[in-house]
Amino acid sequence: MSSHLLSLAIWVPIAGALVVLATGERNTNLSRWLALVTAILGFLVTLPLYSGFDHTTSDMQFSEALPWIQRFNIGYLLGVDGISVLFILLNSFITILVVIAGWKVIEEKVAQYMAAFLIMSGLMNGIFSALDAVLFYVFFEASLIPMYLIIGVWGGPNRVYAAFKFFLYTLLGSLLMLVALIYLFFESGGSFSILEWHALPLGMTAQILLFLAFLIAFAVKVPMWPVHTWLPDAHVEAPTGGSVVLAAIMLKLGAYGFLRFSLPIAPDASHELSGMMITLSLIAVVYIGFVALVQADMKKLVAYSSISHMGFVTLGFFIFNQLGLEGALVQMISHGFVSAAMFLCIGVVYDRMHSRQIADYGGVVNTMPKYAAFFMLFSMANAGLPATSGFVGEFMVVLGAVKYNFWIGFAAATTLILGAAYTLWMYKRVVFGAVANKHVAELTDLSSRELLVMAALAVCVLWMGLYPFPVTDVMHVSVDHLLKHVAASKLL
Amino acid sequence: MNNFVSPDLYPAAPEIFLLAMACGILLIDLFLTQSRRWITAALTHATLIGCALITIFTFNDQVVLTFSNMFVDDALSDVLKLLVYGSVAVMLVYTRGYLRDRGLDKGEFYLLVLFATLGMMVMISAAHFLTLYLGLELLSLSLYALVALDRDSPRATEAAMKYFVLGALASGLLLYGMSMLYGATGTLEIGGVAQALYHGSAVGTVMIFGLVFVVAGIAFKLGAVPFHMWIPDVYHGAPTAITLFIGSAPKLAAFAMAMRLLVYGMFDLAEQWQTMLMIMAVLSIAVGNLAAIAQTNIKRMLAYSAISHMGFMLLGLMSGVAGERPDPSMVVNAYSSAFYYTVAYVLMSLGSFGVILLLSRVGYEAENLEDFKGLNKRSPWFAFIMMVLMFSMAGVPFFVGFFAKFSVLLAAIGAGYLWVAIVAVMFSLVGAFYYLRIVKLMYFDAPTDAAPIVASMDMRVLLSVNGLAVALLGIFPQGIMALCTQTLMRSL
Repeated sequence: MSSHLLSLAIWVPIAGALVVLATGERNTNLSRWLALVTAILGFLVTLPLYSGFDHTTSDMQFSEALPWIQRFNIGYLLGVDGISVLFILLNSFITILVVIAGWKVIEEKVAQYMAAFLIMSGLMNGIFSALDAVLFYVFFEASLIPMYLIIGVWGGPNRVYAAFKFFLYTLLGSLLMLVALIYLFFESGGSFSILEWHALPLGMTAQILLFLAFLIAFAVKVPMWPVHTWLPDAHVEAPTGGSVVLAAIMLKLGAYGFLRFSLPIAPDASHELSGMMITLSLIAVVYIGFVALVQADMKKLVAYSSISHMGFVTLGFFIFNQLGLEGALVQMISHGFVSAAMFLCIGVVYDRMHSRQIADYGGVVNTMPKYAAFFMLFSMANAGLPATSGFVGEFMVVLGAVKYNFWIGFAAATTLILGAAYTLWMYKRVVFGAVANKHVAELTDLSSRELLVMAALAVCVLWMGLYPFPVTDVMHVSVDHLLKHVAASKLL
Repeated sequence: MNNFVSPDLYPAAPEIFLLAMACGILLIDLFLTQSRRWITAALTHATLIGCALITIFTFNDQVVLTFSNMFVDDALSDVLKLLVYGSVAVMLVYTRGYLRDRGLDKGEFYLLVLFATLGMMVMISAAHFLTLYLGLELLSLSLYALVALDRDSPRATEAAMKYFVLGALASGLLLYGMSMLYGATGTLEIGGVAQALYHGSAVGTVMIFGLVFVVAGIAFKLGAVPFHMWIPDVYHGAPTAITLFIGSAPKLAAFAMAMRLLVYGMFDLAEQWQTMLMIMAVLSIAVGNLAAIAQTNIKRMLAYSAISHMGFMLLGLMSGVAGERPDPSMVVNAYSSAFYYTVAYVLMSLGSFGVILLLSRVGYEAENLEDFKGLNKRSPWFAFIMMVLMFSMAGVPFFVGFFAKFSVLLAAIGAGYLWVAIVAVMFSLVGAFYYLRIVKLMYFDAPTDAAPIVASMDMRVLLSVNGLAVALLGIFPQGIMALCTQTLMRSL
């Protein structure tokens, strides 16, 4: 089946971004509207990916294949399966929200701001749909550039440090991956096709080395403990939109990399090293959960909570059962909505008060009741309350973990307590109580633009919490296939 | 030799044309006043265009030797010469305003550039040690004089002195090495040396000694560690326009020299020179990238970056022969990756020095990193061009620098130098830092200098084309890669 939907999903936002850039900084309203139209258009072209998706096969769909660099047998190969298709939709959806969220807040270099987000959206769609390793790598690394600029240009006071840390940390991981990719090129007899690599038999030593090279690349991106330290810095300094994209989509790239590269290419090494992976994941879940508890900065708290939630995702991958893996994927999508919503909620009050310190707030509910209601819902989702999307994924992963080993499941389940503790405690300190100071007293409630964004996310969170079937149904066959593939040894 | 045979002049037609034109321009320029200097410039451009036309029309696939096997015309020489004409022509456009503002656009400048070009052409076409040496000296002597063009500047004269003394030393080393090779093989012809080595009739130890000196001479011209000392001082001391020249076309000639001497002449000693090149490559990448971090002057920073880039080029050059039975396609791959890297580097170097020239104006040199502060506010378009160039130099996709690094790494890993490749990518991570710093200065910082950017239209257009070429050749690297491979396949 030949179609150009994936190419459209990648290039429509990028082309739109170039148009936005061309309009320059003189007419900022035009830039904003053009960006919004592009983002919506970018989302619309991804919708047929869902409606036309065949739920009964684990094959790549909407495939495209064009030669790119024939000398090294590099192709422009695109395709999605049940694992990746949802992320493209999520990404394109979040981009619309980011554009709207930055509508009034960003006043300087509006066109560049909007263009950076649109370009990043296109690049990330490319990452999720690339089936050629070099193409994947190119998108993967190129997406650092817009994010670097977003943090550095529109970020907070310590933005330069955060931007450098973000870029260099991630580059460190991806450069080793590049070496691994070239190594695989020679091992496979001259191919960069990821699907061909899935079928490539490899010795144990080679698998372990490859697994470790990929691990560094993806662990930094996820981020897993102990290479997570760039994330709190990046989140705190990034503008709201940047934090949203970072948490909602960029972190998923690392997790997605595990599913696309590490597990299928080095399945034996994955099993061999699963103990280590589970340990690292549990440390992220439990230890980082405690770290989140003591944060005084709201954004930092949510950043640590993201790391903890992503620990859940990697845990789900390495217990190798259907519940764990599907739960992890659901958790990824859900975290995309919930973390986006949390950062947007923080952004709303930050825009008014220019402070992210929990201590500066208190009694926000008195002046912003609508806001408090939405924030409540998203905090509950972040804590994993049943009937919100946060619950579904966590519950599935915990079930899977218990099936694998009771104590691992037990340790993982502590997140339900810890998550509730740090999220709700923060919520209580910020929203409840008496009005803390005159700045809080002067707060105005959500504008209709903010309300729209919040409502859209609230619908997603509740819908996924109550009826996750449309999501799990899409991924079911692909997950099944992946697990079977990983279960079979490919030792030489 | 008892009867004189008139040599076939046809293969050397471009050189002869250039020499004739240079003599003509020398005479014409005497009668021109400063206000009519544009005539010299126009004639110089016309000469280059004429050379290009002759080279294109005399292009043939065969390897043609003339002047008693001293001069060779093959696909490699033709392609390299065309690239040299191109980069010299671009250089002339970029530097015109700069030189005019400083009263340096005298007739000598154009003539020295033309003679330097002639020297490069002779080097590129050398099939004999003496031809090579003559070409090298013609180039070097012209460059020494060019560096001292601004004769009232103490820094420039100091740089010229340093360059001259060290350059003379390097020429001496090269000549000494050549004399040993002559002693070991009994011939000065590059092809003859290769024959002698192939038949095993060369004297072993003397040959190796000669090789060491020759490699040292090549390393000096390339500016590879430990023969790199002159690069930072000369790049820094010379007027920026001359730095631009030194940093561009001569790299192509140096690549040709390395190819002619090592690959054509001493392929059978590959095992010996590979080890030397490997040490130099790793040291260059390490020293270049580490030292560049500490620089506050952008010319010095780019000088150290040039050292690290030449290290990468050497990495490609040394990866040609692997194991007992070299695989011909891998050999071509390695040399064409070095070729491609050189071409990509020249393109990036032209662009980045071009931007420095763009920011300079009467009585003001934009030499310090600080001068790039807030360029995005002053000129978003040229900030973008510079950003593209910097990311390209750092090896971030989608720019040409990424695929240059990629193909070199591929060649190195294919030849079994996995560890060298890992060391190289780790140091390019270090290198990413100082390129990012330029982007940071341009985008994150506020401008300290509000002066508008003055530049002629042709320079603006050409610089834009240059920057866009770096981006577009990164997205579609196929053409120029194929060109490099095809050229080498036809001339090896």
